[in-house]
Amino acid sequence: MKEYRPKYQGTHTVYVFVESPDVTPQDLSLRAYEAAPDLMIKETCFGLQITGAPERVAEVVATLRALDPSHIFVKDRGFPPGDPRRCRANMGGARPGFFGHEYELSLIRFISGGLEALARREAGDSALDALERKKKKPLDPDRLKTIFDAQEPSHG
Amino acid sequence: MAKIFIYPTTSLILSDMVARFGHEPLGAALGIRERIQTAGFDSPPLQVTPEEPKKGLRWAAVEVPSGVRGRMAILGPLIDHAEAAIIINDADLAFGCMGCARTNELLLFLLRHRGIPVLDLTYPRSEEEGEIFVAAIREFLEKLPKGGKAE
Repeated sequence: MKEYRPKYQGTHTVYVFVESPDVTPQDLSLRAYEAAPDLMIKETCFGLQITGAPERVAEVVATLRALDPSHIFVKDRGFPPGDPRRCRANMGGARPGFFGHEYELSLIRFISGGLEALARREAGDSALDALERKKKKPLDPDRLKTIFDAQEPSHG
Repeated sequence: MAKIFIYPTTSLILSDMVARFGHEPLGAALGIRERIQTAGFDSPPLQVTPEEPKKGLRWAAVEVPSGVRGRMAILGPLIDHAEAAIIINDADLAFGCMGCARTNELLLFLLRHRGIPVLDLTYPRSEEEGEIFVAAIREFLEKLPKGGKAE
């Protein structure tokens, strides 16, 4: 076994995803370079990766979020950018974790819509109650008819 | 700020929602980061060493495969620190190999066994479901001690 010496010890790396009609990853990276010349910032097709001291990263993330709060999403990352154990430049194929992000990004427009609708929600309208009601919802008659129709006729 | 365990542990949506509403998401990245940034023997790709399955014995019995115990060494401490959990129940992306699938079953069992507040959700498939999804997470997090406010 050989010795392991970690790089970027004590830093945090975060992904910043942008799925916005108004802000592109390029806009985001320019804003990030302005706000944080002391951090390592990598522009990607989906947004950015930012690496640096945890407090500074949190500050920059808050600045970037303010650009388009309901369309910018942030997540922690374990590896620094370009790490040979994860970077697809060395491995070929999709980066491990890509498919999870791809799936969630396909639903992210509903989350953006939900965030924009938060302000419109009425005070007494509990979402947790709505969730419970949805779980207990009786079988829809149309769905029941589809099940009936799907049954093969018996030949008894 | 409460520590919220998220499932799937790699979920972008949950990680963002929890942080956005003023709490700390506990996901796989934290456990991986800890190992990646700790000096020791080289054990790529995740720096999971032969020591990890031994640490995993705290959460899984000795007859449980070492793959599950190794994964539990990463995720188990996060469950121990969690003050609440948010679970997405139809997350097919969390399946992975059999080691991941069995670890996920154990994770969900341990979360429910701990008796901490748990919010059960499914991924939103429409705008209406998206609204309820986001509002439910905010309500759940605001009910916790030291609840944050939406931005």
